[in-house]
Amino acid sequence: MDEAIIRQKIRDYVLAELLHESDYDLADDEGIITELYIDSFALAELGVFIEQEFDVYIPDPDLTVEKMDTLNLIVARVMRDLD
Amino acid sequence: MLTIQNRHHFQTLHNAITLNGGDEIAVIFIETGKSPITITRAHFIHKARKYGIALQKQGIQATDLVFIAHQNILDSIYAFWGAILIGAIPSMFPTLTDKLDPEIYSRSLAKLVDFSDAKAIVTADSYTSYLQDIVSCPIISIETSEKDTEVVSPTITAQSIAFLQHSSGTTGLQKGVALSHEAVLNQLASYSDAIALSPDDVIVSWLPLYHDMGLIAGFLLPIVQGIPLILMSPFDWIAHPAMLLEAIHYYSATLCWLPNFAYNHMARRIRQRDSDSLSLGSVRAFINCSEPVRHDSHQKFLERFAECGLTESQFAVSYAMAENSFAVTQTYIGEYPTVDIIDSIQLQKNNIAKSTKSGMKVVSCGTAIQNTNLKIINDDGEELAEREVGEIYVQSDCMLREYHHRPDLKPFSEGWYQTGDMGYIAQGEIYIVGRKKDLIITAGKNVYPQDIEAIVNTIDGVHDGRCVIFGIPNEREGTELIVVVAELEPTDNIDEKLVKKAIRQAIAQQSTVSASFITFVQSKWLIKTSSGKIARDANRRKWIQEFHKSS
Repeated sequence: MDEAIIRQKIRDYVLAELLHESDYDLADDEGIITELYIDSFALAELGVFIEQEFDVYIPDPDLTVEKMDTLNLIVARVMRDLD
Repeated sequence: MLTIQNRHHFQTLHNAITLNGGDEIAVIFIETGKSPITITRAHFIHKARKYGIALQKQGIQATDLVFIAHQNILDSIYAFWGAILIGAIPSMFPTLTDKLDPEIYSRSLAKLVDFSDAKAIVTADSYTSYLQDIVSCPIISIETSEKDTEVVSPTITAQSIAFLQHSSGTTGLQKGVALSHEAVLNQLASYSDAIALSPDDVIVSWLPLYHDMGLIAGFLLPIVQGIPLILMSPFDWIAHPAMLLEAIHYYSATLCWLPNFAYNHMARRIRQRDSDSLSLGSVRAFINCSEPVRHDSHQKFLERFAECGLTESQFAVSYAMAENSFAVTQTYIGEYPTVDIIDSIQLQKNNIAKSTKSGMKVVSCGTAIQNTNLKIINDDGEELAEREVGEIYVQSDCMLREYHHRPDLKPFSEGWYQTGDMGYIAQGEIYIVGRKKDLIITAGKNVYPQDIEAIVNTIDGVHDGRCVIFGIPNEREGTELIVVVAELEPTDNIDEKLVKKAIRQAIAQQSTVSASFITFVQSKWLIKTSSGKIARDANRRKWIQEFHKSS
């Protein structure tokens, strides 16, 4: 799957389901948790979405704020396992 | 074990504990990516003593108030019991997190220290630098390194205050619920009886210790009763919800208390492969407590984990509050709680919970635990009959003695505690249908909307005094989500994105909750009362109608 498509799918999901603002202009390096302060369900929610959408399983020790805070980090993590 | 039958043998928590044992397990602490830490009863008491000695070295004496706000959960529980051992009065406090603003947090803690006359704060080493210059009491970050000497035994009685539980309160000054040793022991004996606690039980908990459910059910009950406790951090669990079910499976846990949102969180966010090989068959009860109970949340949890052996008989409900130490009621363990179906129009119009075949589903909270009485009272102070909705009053032998340093607050009316919860009684069981005052309960946390409004009103770009905060029930999350509706300053150069970000940031940094929806509205959108105040409920209904019709 093309990286741009993956990025778009994750962006859409984050805006609609976590931020509840579909028209928010989310930057690739903007901290979803550390800057936008979305609620604490987010990491677990992302883990489920990424598995369902891309069939990539991110183990719990990798589902952390440090490793999953920005679109860039999330996309890179998904791409790593897809490759 | 402490029971209703042998309760009279014990005067204080000191002589009721079963901690004098040796190698029996007191606590197993689990953490994602790390090996479990097993603490025996002997080790627990050894560490608690060291904290007791460290407190005494700082001059802490019996009846002195000690705040515990330590990021390390094990240090928190050692320090708590260490303070109890020397007769001091410990109180758990939310810790500083990455989200909270350290300066604002420190100032708020310092204010509470002064107001409450706290004599020490126990916190993590890394945090002492923030506090040192602004709090007026000693800060203790480690237990004493000296050898395990005996702590000085205090002279305390059954009526002495054992600890404070901080309940939610407005304007940053939380109410310290002062509980006597007698009240806590009464609660532990009565509640153990209500859940038929036995030495074979194993309790598992991720609950925060500053919350009554976490402190009593997720710490004191197992510690005092000699029941193994499997403990984890709330932050770890919220990000990795499967760890709770893994703990149940590996340690054959039998009892687990959860706020309603947790059922939705686990049903939705535990991945299939994480639960495939797990069994929940050991559980006697998942006890839903501390926010409105939703039948549909139970059903989601049941459907998702039936394959792990979960059945309806493992669901239970308790109605609890910090002022009553913890539990007021409990449903029968081993049976699904009664679901009452009532006519919602009769409820709204006439305050009557009329039975009907299809309507609003209200889950029973069960019957009062031993030595606890309930009654339903209307606005005129009259006791109501079955199925008439009014405020719930509670009378028991495990009530608070007072609100610490708040003589202005009178919690009792002729010996009855006025809960502020609205409900009714049907066939001896209590059902909760709402709150008397504005209060948002989100993910088990109580939040007063006016506290969040005060935060939002300080944001540049927000028209001061023109914002309203309310909660909306959310079926997906099984809890209330927080909505911010605000008018912006009437200038042209406001960047809405930046203001929204600032609102999210300010709420997260100054409270323990997050805003889920932020809506900016035009001038004159907000509805005001005839006295000029913003009408919270009317604005809530208008917002749902215009912006959130699905809720």
